[in-house]
Amino acid sequence: MTVQEHIQQEITENPIVLYMKGTSQAPQCGFSAVVVQILKSLNLPFKDVNVLADPDIRQGIKDYSRWPTIPQLYIQGEFIGGCDIVREMYQAGELEELLKEKGILATDH
Amino acid sequence: MPLPPKAIEDLLRQAFPQAVIHIHDLAGDHDHYQVTVLSNDFVGKSRVQQHQMVYQALQGKMGNELHAMALKTGPLPL
Repeated sequence: MTVQEHIQQEITENPIVLYMKGTSQAPQCGFSAVVVQILKSLNLPFKDVNVLADPDIRQGIKDYSRWPTIPQLYIQGEFIGGCDIVREMYQAGELEELLKEKGILATDH
Repeated sequence: MPLPPKAIEDLLRQAFPQAVIHIHDLAGDHDHYQVTVLSNDFVGKSRVQQHQMVYQALQGKMGNELHAMALKTGPLPL
């Protein structure tokens, strides 16, 4: 399996995937930590992928999304954005809206 | 490898001649920036597309010479 196929499979099989520096328990970059905090504040279970542990994934994910930086958030296979976009969406309430649309968050609260 | 603000501005200006561009060197180390680009080129584009356009204007420097850049994009205010 190529790196690109591996990424494709990972983001398809898991509803929410965060490619980040470090782990959700111990982020190793402030930008990654912000996205972890946001996901946790929404009580969202997610798969964290530590790109520092795998140089192929670290480069591969940048190629996959044509996006030069980490973190990168994927929801149901779709690239949502990096730290700035996720934060903006969260602050505007758009992230919650998107999660409701996708049936990940309940709509009745 | 740090990049001076003028170099960033020149690259952005080349790609977005009519834009309002703000570059703030957060730590004064030419390595941590807050950049705002307001341009009508962004009208009708998603946030991801807008940021991709900026990264493209920076010609591969983002993630290499440019380590940290908080980015804000949008259309020009009316």
